[in-house]
Amino acid sequence: MKYLAQQAINALQLGSIYALIALGYSMVYGVLTMINFAHGDVFMLGAFFCLLLIAIVPVPFWLALIVVMGATALLGTLIERFAYRPLRNAPRVSAIITALGCGLVIQNTTLGISPYARPMPHLLDNTTFQLGGLTITTLQMIIIGVSVALMVALDFLIRKTSFGMAMRAISSDRATVPLLGIPANRVIAVTFALGAALGGAAGLLYGMAYPVVSAAMGISVGWKAFVAAVIGGIGNMRGAVLGAFLLGGVEVMTVAVLPSTYRDLISYSLLLLILVFKPHGLLGKPTLQKA
Amino acid sequence: MRNLPALTAILCSGAFLLTSCQPSKPSVKIGINAELTGEMPAVGASCRQAAELFAEQVNKGGGLAVGAAKLPIQLSVVDNSCKADQSAAAAQRLISQDGVLVMVGPDASSCAIPAGEIAEALGCLMISPWSTNPKTTVDSTTGKTKKNVFRACFTDRFESPVLAAFATKKLNAKTAAVLYDVSSEAPTSQSALFKEAFEKAGGKVVAMETYTTGDRDFSAQLTKIRETAPDIIYLPAPYNDTPLIASQARQLGIKAPFLGSDAWSSPDIIKLDAGKNLEGSYFCNHYSTETPNPKAKQFIADYRARYGNDPDDVAALTYDAMTLAANRIAAAGKTDRAAVRDAMASTRSFDGVTGHFVYPEGAREPAKSAVIMQIKDGGFHWVSTVEP
Repeated sequence: MKYLAQQAINALQLGSIYALIALGYSMVYGVLTMINFAHGDVFMLGAFFCLLLIAIVPVPFWLALIVVMGATALLGTLIERFAYRPLRNAPRVSAIITALGCGLVIQNTTLGISPYARPMPHLLDNTTFQLGGLTITTLQMIIIGVSVALMVALDFLIRKTSFGMAMRAISSDRATVPLLGIPANRVIAVTFALGAALGGAAGLLYGMAYPVVSAAMGISVGWKAFVAAVIGGIGNMRGAVLGAFLLGGVEVMTVAVLPSTYRDLISYSLLLLILVFKPHGLLGKPTLQKA
Repeated sequence: MRNLPALTAILCSGAFLLTSCQPSKPSVKIGINAELTGEMPAVGASCRQAAELFAEQVNKGGGLAVGAAKLPIQLSVVDNSCKADQSAAAAQRLISQDGVLVMVGPDASSCAIPAGEIAEALGCLMISPWSTNPKTTVDSTTGKTKKNVFRACFTDRFESPVLAAFATKKLNAKTAAVLYDVSSEAPTSQSALFKEAFEKAGGKVVAMETYTTGDRDFSAQLTKIRETAPDIIYLPAPYNDTPLIASQARQLGIKAPFLGSDAWSSPDIIKLDAGKNLEGSYFCNHYSTETPNPKAKQFIADYRARYGNDPDDVAALTYDAMTLAANRIAAAGKTDRAAVRDAMASTRSFDGVTGHFVYPEGAREPAKSAVIMQIKDGGFHWVSTVEP
């Protein structure tokens, strides 16, 4: 029992990070029905921006988090403005290829500048607590806490503010929205900025939890978060979070009770099974494909 | 900066075309198939640097005596991205396009195995400095020893029992846990051989856990390992994964000492271990920079003077592989692949930077000593030497 509870804490930590990244995929898909494959690399840059920042000025964790989120938000906006906006009315395949290309450019630029993995310096005093036989660290609590706080804030933003309403409006009908006087381009740009900021925050937290940072770190984590977003129903924010915690949970629990060699096989088979019965994801709604 | 050689090459070839049919100067071409990018860039960098150092030294001394002529060594360095397919492609390119006489590398077993298949098929001598997986020199279809593939290091069949003996005798370990990358060749064979040797020595392996290349979260596997409370944890992981595993293990409250393979040997492991979680851990290595061997001392001094850092074991083994290759070309007396390969096959002993090599008849790997090293006070320290 204690063993499973410990594994549950591990799953929560992993799930929180997947969730922050999955939200970025889902938000962009929501407004543009496009998959932003560069998102995993924006996540990776979050960790690198933090390294860069700390190398220049040693700042406390909270400040680093804010600066990194700001920097990745700016990057997200730039990517949208210069790589995706010119192709907004192009065939969807072109947009996807552009996204893949953007990701490769970011990844290889980073690889060119920093071909070696780098250690992430300690931003916090990491104390290990023993609670009734369970081990939990300050870092784990901060990762889970920050992620949940960011997710709640985003949920509020989407459901309760006029910006959120505009976002949801674009998501349901992109063609009509500008006719009603809503600045669609601006809303889309802010959506990219928000998604990238969450991805950057995830990169920073991930770098702190797994303190070896490399240019390729965005690939596998990015894919997993994308899978989580699809499982939850891509385009649906709560679904992305649900999918992420589900994926983190299944991955950790498979290893907890079965030989670890089968982890990916079993967790992805289970997730495929979900898609067989819920092809639009757990919380996704079937939509008519517009010709 | 990086484009400079390419640019020069383009300009030179342009100039070459303009001056028309001047025959290129004869040289000895040696190919380097290295992990310059990808999972372990420090390995590729060491390999390239040592090879370049060797070539510079020979060329400064007038070149390599082949028959009556003295020819300069010309290196052809190709990146294999630390991927199986790309190392096969790199081998193909070096052998059939660049026309190298010998290929040195790849270093990682996952790359050396496929590249070895190409070298064997095209009949070109390949010397892997660092690949310890027994499969590297064995033909995958016939199961026979390959004709053209040699190495400058011992194999996992020697390394793993050395570590198992050290764990049971010196550390008095009764139980061990193993965590390894199941998608990589060297860790997989090292883990299986370690388990076999450790259990033969009377110990018990209480957990065999795996992950796949690129994983960063090991908390589930480590929590499982924690339940079995092992005396030691064997981590045959590369230098850049190990600090991650160690930090997560310590955060979970696992106090057992870590034991590592030769893949730990890059000094980068200490740079990446910001939390000093590996302090006090032991690993098996090919040589130590604290060695009294005069050849090694000279090499270490030259390498330091040229690059400003200590050569790790990949650098030392690459230097040995290069020396072997050059000696064999000189012994063959002609720039002919088959002759060089035969000269290599008839080599019985060799004194290198990493110690005394003995190649038994028909063997593709030398019998040579291993060292046990400890990570202490931010550096590698020699503990003991184990003779074969």
